[in-house]
Amino acid sequence: MKDCLKLLTRFSAHPDSRCWFVAWNPKGTLLASCGGDRAVRVWGREGDSWVCKSVLSEGHQRTVRKVAWSPCGNYLASASFDATTCIWKKQQDTFECVTTLEGHENEVKCVAWAPSGNLLATCSRDKSVWVWEVDEEDEYECVSVVNSHTQDVKHVIWHPNQELLASCSYDNTVKIYKEDDDDWICLDTLEGHESTVWSVDFDKTGQRLASCSDDKTVKIWREYLPGNEQGVVCKGSDPCWKSICTLSGFHTRTIYDISWCHLTNVLATACGDDAIRVFEEDATSDPHQPIFRLMAHVPKAHSQDVNCVAWNPKEGGLLASCSDDGDIGLWQYEPQN
Amino acid sequence: MAEGTRLENANPLIYQRSGERQLTAEDEDEDFVDPIDDREIFDLIRSINDPEHPLSLEELNVVEQMRVHVNDNESTVSVEFTPTIPHCSMATLIGLSIKVKLLRSLPDRFKIDVHISPGTHASEQAVNKQLADKERVAAALENTHLLEVVNQCLSARV
Repeated sequence: MKDCLKLLTRFSAHPDSRCWFVAWNPKGTLLASCGGDRAVRVWGREGDSWVCKSVLSEGHQRTVRKVAWSPCGNYLASASFDATTCIWKKQQDTFECVTTLEGHENEVKCVAWAPSGNLLATCSRDKSVWVWEVDEEDEYECVSVVNSHTQDVKHVIWHPNQELLASCSYDNTVKIYKEDDDDWICLDTLEGHESTVWSVDFDKTGQRLASCSDDKTVKIWREYLPGNEQGVVCKGSDPCWKSICTLSGFHTRTIYDISWCHLTNVLATACGDDAIRVFEEDATSDPHQPIFRLMAHVPKAHSQDVNCVAWNPKEGGLLASCSDDGDIGLWQYEPQN
Repeated sequence: MAEGTRLENANPLIYQRSGERQLTAEDEDEDFVDPIDDREIFDLIRSINDPEHPLSLEELNVVEQMRVHVNDNESTVSVEFTPTIPHCSMATLIGLSIKVKLLRSLPDRFKIDVHISPGTHASEQAVNKQLADKERVAAALENTHLLEVVNQCLSARV
């Protein structure tokens, strides 16, 4: 089974430190990584190997937890335990820190850019989610502070084509937000996980969301609009989200990250048991009760916890992973049918 | 730690320390493959200082060898600790000190789980969840003040 996920290359990205997160630029040509060494590195392909194109080391005083590219690919945002988010502007192969976003009371855990590029979201250990507006002069203004979660917020991600935001938390829930009268409000709380929800990812359509948790399960949620044929009850005119599938018994420790490929529709997970797993949806199953099958399981994908998995947005089946061992791995997934 | 303020548990029960490990012929043999055992893990943590008393975790019966479980083959270590009183506010700090000691001493391959002995603390679940969250542990260890307190618990007594 493991043969369908093949290791292409592995390299040390953040030596003597953790590599916390990796993110592909929109063209899929550059991979940004960040870690416990307070640095962000940008990697590019040269022939068959991957080389470090730039090191962004002057921005943060503490661990850089996550990074995100703007939809145009010209900006990189980095979220740090030092309670700030830096915005880096790309100029050829170098990056310049153009703004530092301050305001969170403590560690910033995640940052995400909306598909329009005009909005940015950050979340923090201080339990809040902040929405920032970006203007043409590269000025950032906080337009909303949402205090909907009751604990540490771990991850934020935008809907692939609407201005909807999702977040997940140490309080075991996932929340969905929309804009309402110049403010951002929580329109649904997704309850079901029994421990910290570490990450969430939308599928290509944005109608479904996958979440992964410290409870060692993955849940698939589906959006139902008011008046849906399935009879799922919604509050007012807002859509509601319902868990339609739980993948349990596959992971032996905390699942730290999940990535839903928008080209191939396959799901990858990063787990604290050092393994990477890939799941595929059974195309013949009921869309309201889908079945996902384990297609690949690489037990010792890294020598320590796998922290992140990310599908390349342009090359179907190309997966990047990173780990507490400081390494980045690049993998090719080949479906077996 | 907090001099002059009232101690949470003023008169803790004090337990006897265990003897040193008895060395066998195999321990002296350099060619003998010797997996890490429960006693070795216990020896790493038993002399950690209590944050409140000039006593070790072993002397306060916070840690015991029988509540340490290691599986060298699977690279897992599990340590249960028992706070001296069910409302001990130092429980997270004690657990963090045990975790840091093991993180620093063991090879990176080990998965280290530190938790409260079931039924011995009022906030057992909350403390266990916090100790299991590696992101929060990493952030805590970047806090200079907290790191100093942890290092004090881990330093050898004079």
